[in-house]
Amino acid sequence: MLEGASDTLEQVFREEYGRIIATLIRHSGSFDLAEEALHEAFVAAASSWERDGPPRNPGAWLTTVAQRKLLDAYRRDKTRADKQSEIEYETARLQPFAEPASLEETVEYPDDRLRLIFTCCHPSLSRDAQVALTLRTLGGLTTTEIAHAFLRPETTLAQRLVRAKQKIRLARIPYEIPALERLQDRLAAVQAVIYLIFNEGYAASAGESLVRNDLSAEAIRVGRVLCQLLPTETENIGLLALMLLQDSRRKARVNDRGELITLEEQDRSLWDRAEIEEGVRLVETALSLGRVGKYQLQAAIAAVHCEAATAADTDWRQIVALYRELLRLSSSPVVALNHAAAVAMAEGCERGLELIEDAGAGGKLDEYYLFHAARADLLRRLGRLDEAHGAYERALALSTNRVEQNYIRRRLAETKSGPNRSKSSR
Amino acid sequence: MKYMLLIYHDEQGWNTITEAERQQIYLEYRNLRGELESRGQFLSGSELQPITTATTVRVRDGKELVTDGPFAETHEQLGGYFLIEAKDLDEATSIASRIPSARTGTIEVRPLVEQAAEATA
Repeated sequence: MLEGASDTLEQVFREEYGRIIATLIRHSGSFDLAEEALHEAFVAAASSWERDGPPRNPGAWLTTVAQRKLLDAYRRDKTRADKQSEIEYETARLQPFAEPASLEETVEYPDDRLRLIFTCCHPSLSRDAQVALTLRTLGGLTTTEIAHAFLRPETTLAQRLVRAKQKIRLARIPYEIPALERLQDRLAAVQAVIYLIFNEGYAASAGESLVRNDLSAEAIRVGRVLCQLLPTETENIGLLALMLLQDSRRKARVNDRGELITLEEQDRSLWDRAEIEEGVRLVETALSLGRVGKYQLQAAIAAVHCEAATAADTDWRQIVALYRELLRLSSSPVVALNHAAAVAMAEGCERGLELIEDAGAGGKLDEYYLFHAARADLLRRLGRLDEAHGAYERALALSTNRVEQNYIRRRLAETKSGPNRSKSSR
Repeated sequence: MKYMLLIYHDEQGWNTITEAERQQIYLEYRNLRGELESRGQFLSGSELQPITTATTVRVRDGKELVTDGPFAETHEQLGGYFLIEAKDLDEATSIASRIPSARTGTIEVRPLVEQAAEATA
């Protein structure tokens, strides 16, 4: 029973935190009061559940207890301030949820988490603050966990959260689902935050992977919530599909020595079949709804890779077509480089290299790691090893990720001049 | 909730447009103001005289220092303000986005300190 209670509590914490806090914030109008009340409710649960066993509906139990804590806090504050009329006002205002008939009967408001997501990702907050707030409130991660995951000092992160919550309160950032005319813009910001959290976890190197893989899992979880809450938004589905398909390759993309394994060299038996199946199904659903977007296209590209039994079986022409559509929809240097790399596979390295040189014309990608890495790979394949070596050196100087650096070092060794130089394999 | 909308614009740019264009912008300002007034959301507001008329006052060690300026090295200057009533930041920013100078300059949206908050601060 003891074990069971703490396991349940841990699980409830992960699954229900965002849902409960969202409702408490709506009731209290305050992130801080809501957090405090929920914390107290979890403390109460720890002793009560251990004694009596976990309740039938743990989420409802916690919500109800937290709401009572919230009401207690209000009463204490108002009494201290000695403002009788305000106590009455607040008490009256809080009545609807003050005394639920039983601990199992709390009404759930599905819109609350949606309100919370939009508030956390409000454009008046910096991207860093949006990410931290989303993980803290929706994901229930502690400040320490977020600080570790983003390799930032804990004090910096705590301060960022305090300032963000203060701005929400003082500038009165609404706790609302945005009006229809700005819903798409706001939704794009939410999707960007979730994808950024995913990539922070995904790009992590082996040494750091333990804490940081959690970020990808967390992003996928929030992505699922977003799909549940706004199921007709095809880009929500596309984003979830994209994250699942990328995540399916996690085990194969870095080896035991922490070296990055390129897609074509990966051991495909390590790919997560369940994630691939779900991702492919989702991307097909999204595309069938006929409102294509950048996440759906990226997911479709990932799906084509995932469905190829071997690297040689990859349908590069389809990938090129998808990248071309993506370029039209949302052009960026990364997309242009990936398009060029796909063209190299479909039509030959010379044509790919031409496109890469075009993308980098005028030196606008000179400070960009991926430009030099992609260029170096094609030069290497064309057997222009001296030029490849130079490009890998530039890439190494610009890379900040240890896994990427290891990969480039391996290629540098392969393209080094000398009698033992290995011939380009392709 | 009260918000101050501080209107920053490029004064030189303002001086180089034609009189007809200026009048068109003034008309837009009057219309916006009229609309806000009719909803009880306009508290006050005005265009400011150019930055060359600005005077800076500081008191240091009890001594009053009055100087010309300030002349910051920015290309946008404070050119006017609206003090409005709005229900939340989203409403305040949508009003700010309709200020004609938002198309060429910048509107800074700042919430005012509410009386109750001031007392407990």
